[in-house]
Amino acid sequence: MKIHEYQGKELFRRYNVPVPNGKLIHDKSEAVQAAGEIGTPVVVVKAQIHAGGRGKGGGVKLAKSPQEAEQYAGNILGMTLVTHQTGPEGRLVKKVLIEEGMEIVKELYISLLIDRETSRVMIMASEAGGMEIEEVAAEEPEKIITEIVDPIVGVKPYLARKIAFALNLKGEPLKKAIPFIMNLYECFVKEDLSMLEINPLVITGDDRILALDAKIDIDDNALGRHKDTQEFRDLGEEDPNEIEAGKYNLNYIQLDGNIGCMVNGAGLAMATMDIIKHSGGEPANFLDVGGGANEEQIENAFRILISDDKVKAIFINIFGGILRCDILAAGVVAAAKKIGVKIPVVIRMEGTNMEEGHQILEKSGLNFIIGNGMKDGAQKAVKAIQ
Amino acid sequence: MSILVDEKTRLLVQGITGREGQFHAEQCRKYGTQVVAGVTPGKGGQTVMEDIPVFNTVKQAVAKTKANATMIFVPPAFAADAILEAADAGVELIICISEGIPVYDMVEVYRYLQDSDSRLIGPNCPGIISPGKCKIGIMPAHIHKKGNVGIISRSGTLTYEAVGQLTALGIGQSTCVGIGGDPIIGTRYIDTLKLFQKDRATKAICLIGEIGGTAEDEAAYFIKKNITKPVVGFIAGQTAPPGRRMGHAGAIISGGQGTAEGKMKVMKKCGIKVVKSPADLGKTIARCL
Repeated sequence: MKIHEYQGKELFRRYNVPVPNGKLIHDKSEAVQAAGEIGTPVVVVKAQIHAGGRGKGGGVKLAKSPQEAEQYAGNILGMTLVTHQTGPEGRLVKKVLIEEGMEIVKELYISLLIDRETSRVMIMASEAGGMEIEEVAAEEPEKIITEIVDPIVGVKPYLARKIAFALNLKGEPLKKAIPFIMNLYECFVKEDLSMLEINPLVITGDDRILALDAKIDIDDNALGRHKDTQEFRDLGEEDPNEIEAGKYNLNYIQLDGNIGCMVNGAGLAMATMDIIKHSGGEPANFLDVGGGANEEQIENAFRILISDDKVKAIFINIFGGILRCDILAAGVVAAAKKIGVKIPVVIRMEGTNMEEGHQILEKSGLNFIIGNGMKDGAQKAVKAIQ
Repeated sequence: MSILVDEKTRLLVQGITGREGQFHAEQCRKYGTQVVAGVTPGKGGQTVMEDIPVFNTVKQAVAKTKANATMIFVPPAFAADAILEAADAGVELIICISEGIPVYDMVEVYRYLQDSDSRLIGPNCPGIISPGKCKIGIMPAHIHKKGNVGIISRSGTLTYEAVGQLTALGIGQSTCVGIGGDPIIGTRYIDTLKLFQKDRATKAICLIGEIGGTAEDEAAYFIKKNITKPVVGFIAGQTAPPGRRMGHAGAIISGGQGTAEGKMKVMKKCGIKVVKSPADLGKTIARCL
């Protein structure tokens, strides 16, 4: 689960990871007071959306007076911010963070993530802060420092020191960087984060080290044990169909095509998208109903597929294991009758109770197209809309 | 022959008193797997499925029944603990079916297992089957057939798809291993490839991967160097958009890494017969035999 920058900074404060003074506002009328309370001659006005590249898109402004802060807040709130991560449709800005301005003497980069190769937490840091890390990796890979953390001991002072020295820090900032890195690791582990990125991490003119940004992803699988961070979820930043699917434990991702897919299992669902494309069609979504879907889930999955106007045909591809074909067929028939489907539905079923499933489809009196194997099913779905 | 499991495997089931656990324990036994014990803390002393004794701890179950493999059906919040308990009790083979384990739990588990002799398969996997001998997992038994193709896969139902195609062509399988779709798994492609290379019954290997990470690339380089048997490969997610997690926690293209295109290219370069369409898996393997 992605969270906003201001929420990430709230988390940081809990772990004594220093962040700039800031206030969140929802309306420009709050800007003058917020800027006054922060009290620095310059404040920064930052759009809060779940996407990077906000500065380049015009979502981050330096204000030299509270009045200017109000003006910028007014411009940014309600704007549709387009960045390289939002896609061309952009994202509506509903919240703005007003933060203290400061003299920056050095911009660094630090991130923590799960490294698959070692199956441990990896810390990545660089002196080339402020740039996209992918760019740094491509152009100046020697500027990226990586350290792997042994979970038995975590980040001990020596490891934090190693990183701080590698970042060429000296004096006061060096001293402060050590607890900073250790606390950051604590935050990552205790809060079950799957990704944490600070870019830039800054050294200020008065020798402070501050997380100027906070990009955080929380491990969805661990949210159950973090009641407080669950509240960080912002439904306004998510696709409505994906939220709806999540309610029924369905895994749904909207795509651009016109063939709706319903599949059991993530791998087979991806393979189904692939075979639709190979057959000359475009998948409208990824939808995994999971290994043990019940009738209710099937019905809701069907309803979600149909609710997308772009969908001109549906391809249901099920390899019955735990999910039996008869259960699937009954769910599809019930849903089709209840909702009233006007577009072609191609069904390919194989595995457990396949014959019973096909009988249910036949007896339903509905006009399903049967696919023999996934290739035949995909081709029939493509043909159905031509 | 086969790898990892056969008719001698003695299986215990952690979480056997749950609905899923019991259903699949029954299915495994029906297939011929020796299910010798169950473990559910607090329910020790009970008997399930007529004659399977339930124990409070894995240690007791192993001591009493000489179980050497375990199948875990424990809710995800407790699954890492169940894996650790099995490893602590010295169970040789731990197969964790549970899906949705927090990734940091697996960081700890993986680290613990590095100092242990136990092997973990999964989590978030369909399990493992040596057709005609032993089934430990949730795969539909009837689609399998005893034979000489070894299958390794990160995905469940996509594995069934490959197996179904093979069996329809009259080609059987030596062992099918679902290694799991999570970012951290106990047994990787390479570990399984080594076992298939050594197994005399396995004449060809089918490797099914998906987008995300670099495991398939590493497997491909390993194959080039160490595997003399023919390998057929497929990568799911050729049409997946970057930045979106496709169901499995592991399946995500990030920063241009882990794309299907990139993986397929590496696999081809390493001598693997890569199929573009999943519908061609069966017949491509058939041509290798």
